[in-house]
Amino acid sequence: MPVQFSETALAEVKRLVARYPEGKQKSALLPVLHLAQEQFGGWLSTETLDYVASLLQLSPIEVYEVATFYSMYNLQPVGKHVFEVCQTGPCMLNGSDEIIEYVWEKLGIRPGQTTTDGLFTLKTVECLGACGYAPMMQMGKHYREHLTRDKVDQIIAESRK
Amino acid sequence: MGRKLLLDKAHVENIRLYEVYRREGGYRSVEKALKSMSPDQVTDEVKKSGLRGRGGAGFPAGLKWSFLAKPEGVPRYLVVNADESEPGTFKDRYLMEFIPHLLIEGMITSSYALGSTTSYIYIRGEYAWIVDILEQAIAEARHNGWLGKNILGSGFDCDIHVQRGAGAYICGEETALLESLEGKRGNPRIKPPFPAVKGLWGCPTVVNNVETIAAVVPIINEGGEEYAKIGIGKSTGTKLISACGNINKPGVYEIDMTISVEEFIYSDEYCGGIPNGRKLKACIPGGSSVPILPANLLLKTAKGETRLMNYESLADGGFASGSMMGSGGFIVMDDRQCVVRHTYTLARFYRHESCGQCSPCREGTGWMEKILLNIETGKGKMSDIDLLWDIQRKIEGNTICPLGDAAAWPVAAAIRHFRDEFEWHVNHPEEAQTRNYGLAHYADPLVLTA
Ligand SMILES: Cc1cc2nc3c(=O)[nH]c(=O)nc-3n(C[C@H](O)[C@H](O)[C@H](O)COP(=O)(O)O)c2cc1C
Ligand code: SF4
Ligand code: FES
Repeated sequence: MPVQFSETALAEVKRLVARYPEGKQKSALLPVLHLAQEQFGGWLSTETLDYVASLLQLSPIEVYEVATFYSMYNLQPVGKHVFEVCQTGPCMLNGSDEIIEYVWEKLGIRPGQTTTDGLFTLKTVECLGACGYAPMMQMGKHYREHLTRDKVDQIIAESRK
Repeated sequence: MGRKLLLDKAHVENIRLYEVYRREGGYRSVEKALKSMSPDQVTDEVKKSGLRGRGGAGFPAGLKWSFLAKPEGVPRYLVVNADESEPGTFKDRYLMEFIPHLLIEGMITSSYALGSTTSYIYIRGEYAWIVDILEQAIAEARHNGWLGKNILGSGFDCDIHVQRGAGAYICGEETALLESLEGKRGNPRIKPPFPAVKGLWGCPTVVNNVETIAAVVPIINEGGEEYAKIGIGKSTGTKLISACGNINKPGVYEIDMTISVEEFIYSDEYCGGIPNGRKLKACIPGGSSVPILPANLLLKTAKGETRLMNYESLADGGFASGSMMGSGGFIVMDDRQCVVRHTYTLARFYRHESCGQCSPCREGTGWMEKILLNIETGKGKMSDIDLLWDIQRKIEGNTICPLGDAAAWPVAAAIRHFRDEFEWHVNHPEEAQTRNYGLAHYADPLVLTA
């Protein structure tokens, strides 16, 4: 199936490009890659990257080098729900290691892996700017903070619904 | 109780909404500046205020503004740095999340002073929901005539856009941020030229932190001299501190920079002391990049003076016995915590975030991480401690951007003040392995395969 944005997404691309001066549409690359990731199943395939390149009139390499630099772009398929648990110092002081271990135990996946049913991916990430509300993780657009084992159970149950 | 200039209204119900913000006195600074002041007069007030950049380096904001080149016919830009990725720091998030119009107001007034008709907020990609909050505030401001063409009939046009990053601490470094805003990898540029001369798309640009720009609002409302009366010495005004780690009340506090570190940690108005009857062991007072201090040097300087929460006092004693104000990320460790393990997580962070342009930083951060992991998991040798010291020294000062220094300092300070803890790990390999929950088992997969 050829990669193609919906009409609404194309309108959003147009809005994004208009925020920069004439000829500087390359500046829209990061936001457009976010949009593409949302539209195409949470990750960016080579076809998607090529599509974004043609859309913004860039050479494919300009898109590849950006997509590989930033940690939020997934270059491999991910599960429907991605648990991105922060593991940096301040979170560690408040038990992020135990949370990572618990998710691992509960879902049977190590950091970087996806469950066989394709529902969950576990990722460890570095400081997300929520150090005062540790331990925490990012799920999609939002943060889940003050995590405990019970809360993790709850989140998993919610996601399975 | 200290004065609050930024967060005094943060708890007013619905202050996120334009009507409420306006009713509480919002957008007065824009009225005052555009109706009764020239752009240079606005800059002068910021100079008089003594405001120092709140992003970490503490450079005087007014002075930075006065360096902005103004060639005829070339656009100038204000770019707000909302990348906030320094471990321990979450103050800008709080400000943008709860009182977004304060940033927008500060940006309009500042854009007027700088002559920027299109200004950008570069926000870290993970703060996705805050992008919506800011865009809502911008739309409200535009709807009410504070943005757009000929604002308040002054002839000044201004618009603001929010640009979302995509996960890279290095994009907080101002030239990497500009590269990223141009749609490229976040590789810092070689300076000079500085952004004030050649910044965004090669045009003169001022990059300032969120809190710096928000502080322009009270400075214009009350006057630079009034603002400078708050605080002490070259630490004028108020400062947002994000406090975390082992304290009873983690969160964001606006402080008057005359209070002592001891008061900040133990008083109920701020951190509320250490939980579970534990004792204070150490603290990193200004974000992960600044030197860690043991409790004795934290509360009092080497000369025995009370240490205060400000730029000068936190730095008193230099790196031998002091630290830095940095970004205001205040990380507290109680007596259960392992300094080696904490330092290891920071070394991993810097290895992960190095852009890889300079060999000392790219290679050195990787080595430091591996050696620290070895020591932490009981596989280290005594000579590794000296090797670590040697590596950090060879990174510092030898790189394109300050991330190299930022990676070196935490390691140096940990060895300087807690060498016995490193030695303990080497001398007790079995205990080192088990006592800290077997950290190596879920270290970053990259490390395990390397
Ligand atoms: C590795 C690195 C990361 C940085 N991250 C940030 C950041 O997240 N936010 C910020 O305001 N400044 C950050 N800075 C500092 C900026 O380069 C710049 O000095 C600052 O945005 C200027 O604004 P200010 O003068 O208002 O502080 C960082 C610097 C370095 C070297
Ligand atoms: S010091 Fe590190 S992060 Fe900075 S430019 Fe060099 S390699 Fe990149
Ligand atoms: S260390 Fe986890 S959010 Fe900052």
